[in-house]
Amino acid sequence: MSDTINFIIDGVEIQGREGQTILEAAEAAGIYIPRLCHLKGLTPHGSCRVCTVLVNGRPQASCTQPVAEGIVVESESERVQQIRRDIIDMLFVEGNHFCMFCEKSGNCELQAMAYRFGIPTPKFPYQFPKRGVDASHPDIFVDHNRCILCGRCVRASRDLDGKHVFDFVDRGPHKRVAVNAEARLADTNLDASDKATEVCPVGAILRKRVGYAVPVGKRLYDEKPIGSDIEAAKTK
Amino acid sequence: MVATNGMKRIVIEPVTRVEGHGKVTILLDEKKQVQQARLHIVEFRGFERFIQGRPFWEVPVLVQRLCGICPVSHHLAAAKAMDWIVGGEKLTPTAEKMRRLMHYGQFFQSHALHFFHLASPDLLFGKPGDPLSGFAADVAIRNVIGVAAKFPDLAVQGVMMRKYGQEVILRTAGKKIHGTGAIPGGINKNLSITERDFLLKDIDQMVEWSRSAVKIAKDYTVEHLEKLAPFGSFDSNHLSLIREDGAMDIYHGNLRAIDSVGKKIFDQVDYQRYLDYIGEEVRPWSYMKFPFIRSLGPEKGWYRVGPLARVNTADFIDTPEAEAARKEFMAVTKGKPNNISMAYHWARMIELLHSIERIKELLHDKDLQGTDLVAKGERRDEGVGLLEAPRGTLFHHYRVNKDDQVVMANLIVSTTSNNEPMNRAVAKVAKDHLSGVEITEGLLNHVEVAIRAYDPCLSCATHALGQMPLTVELVDHEGNLVSTRSKN
Ligand code: SF4
Ligand code: NI
Repeated sequence: MSDTINFIIDGVEIQGREGQTILEAAEAAGIYIPRLCHLKGLTPHGSCRVCTVLVNGRPQASCTQPVAEGIVVESESERVQQIRRDIIDMLFVEGNHFCMFCEKSGNCELQAMAYRFGIPTPKFPYQFPKRGVDASHPDIFVDHNRCILCGRCVRASRDLDGKHVFDFVDRGPHKRVAVNAEARLADTNLDASDKATEVCPVGAILRKRVGYAVPVGKRLYDEKPIGSDIEAAKTK
Repeated sequence: MVATNGMKRIVIEPVTRVEGHGKVTILLDEKKQVQQARLHIVEFRGFERFIQGRPFWEVPVLVQRLCGICPVSHHLAAAKAMDWIVGGEKLTPTAEKMRRLMHYGQFFQSHALHFFHLASPDLLFGKPGDPLSGFAADVAIRNVIGVAAKFPDLAVQGVMMRKYGQEVILRTAGKKIHGTGAIPGGINKNLSITERDFLLKDIDQMVEWSRSAVKIAKDYTVEHLEKLAPFGSFDSNHLSLIREDGAMDIYHGNLRAIDSVGKKIFDQVDYQRYLDYIGEEVRPWSYMKFPFIRSLGPEKGWYRVGPLARVNTADFIDTPEAEAARKEFMAVTKGKPNNISMAYHWARMIELLHSIERIKELLHDKDLQGTDLVAKGERRDEGVGLLEAPRGTLFHHYRVNKDDQVVMANLIVSTTSNNEPMNRAVAKVAKDHLSGVEITEGLLNHVEVAIRAYDPCLSCATHALGQMPLTVELVDHEGNLVSTRSKN
């Protein structure tokens, strides 16, 4: 077909299609590129940088970078892995992530990513930022301590729910997710059935009173590492 | 928004602060006679502040960070309090029995660990007819390695029993430490047939070893009764939960307090109203609060908790072997409460046997494979959860706001209740064994043995090493430090 685009990931020839990102084309070929801010169904954001690859030797976010004829992509090399490891590391120390009592533990993409990369404890110093929680909504609990600023909730609310419940405010190290109201989530038009309530990769947006209802051993990443579903497609 | 700026504290402090060591101050009067003893334990109360603002369903898991030694007890006590918040305090049979199984597992491993790893060196190395000589025996052999060398079977049993308890915890809480099994109003898993059969495999061996542990503790106590009876002993009140029919029940019941001769101070008190019966006194020299029975006041109202208190308060134990053992125990004091500090060890082993009998019974109960796991009812904004932890009655009390956030927490841990009793035990030992104004090696060891009978939860290090880092100071009536001695 004319719109087929041939390129190479880690020495393997891949056929992509016009308009696909590197991440999508790789995934279609059964190659998992780690990602946190990216979620199927949401517009690519390119903010977390965990999906960094080298395209012809230059670092690019594979979730936003379109495929192009003849490019050479490096994804699993030690150099790229080290970049990703450092990013994950930084995400941990920039927030207050205490997996041992977080109800998202076992279902958390950030934690699962750390396991996949074999990071037992971060090498950078913890920042222990001062952040708050918002418990005002009857069904949804927000814990900013665990937010990694992936923007999934912002995009889901805007693009899928047709609302504008969440948005980023402030810049640099002060950047945070805020709600589109005076101060509290309860004052927004967020509904418990909104898509925005389901997309958080970490334990920052939670359905209330669920907690640890799913036991250890039965959680998403208890048995298989994150990304293994995509990789399994390849072996078939 | 509610700030949770205490976040930093929780990861650092519960770990570092429980790892302190015990410090004892013995105060002398003008005539250089022992007047009082004070055991200083750094207790972590910052926790009560830290959980302000956290969602209530997180608490049973979060609270386990409080203590590395008895996380399951905190997990279950908090869950019991949260049952009230969600109106699910009438648990389904599966939930209640799974939680009980978890609790008995924790009991079993904790008591086994204490007896075989911490207490047995004290009990096994005395010269014939002189148990106290064992307390002063060469420190080089008076530890768990010494036990392993001289009594290899016992050391192995200790390890295997502890491991068995942990296997029970794993299959009920989901993890050996810091599990998530108990949730507000119930439990998040049942026991699969595979899990059940795994635990049934070794159960008879465990019962048999528990039986022999009771015998070791009993023989030791009875044989040396004359010398042991006065050691660190004193009369006191005793407090525990009790089942409605007066049976020992370490998971659930009402409060009963008796005095030193067995007269009831109160009985079958609904623990949701514990504050009407128990007060907490603050003393200037300690971070720890001193709980007391209100009707008796702070001076006379202190009480003992833990194995000795429970065996004393119970009318009976409803598992046959432990009940037979209890009768033998009570016969020593002719049916009256036993006030001998060193009898804690024997009482603890009776409970060890009771918990393994219960585990066996539960494993044969089909309810554990039930699928109705959570109960719910009318939401409340306040809940109290009590249970009998291995070391004694544990109180958890929370209030939550309409947004589901914790706004108040009050915890009374067993070591806090036993604070004054341990002071008395040390004072007694010091009175009997202090000669002159110098703290000898022997006195230091005696103090340690007396404290250890109460199995205080001082630190994880204590358990890991089988030794208690301890400093004893002697202070005269003018407040001058006269003598001090430490050991690690
Ligand atoms: S709250 Fe969750 S979904 Fe929203 S930006 Fe933070 S981490 Fe991403
Ligand atoms: Ni403890």
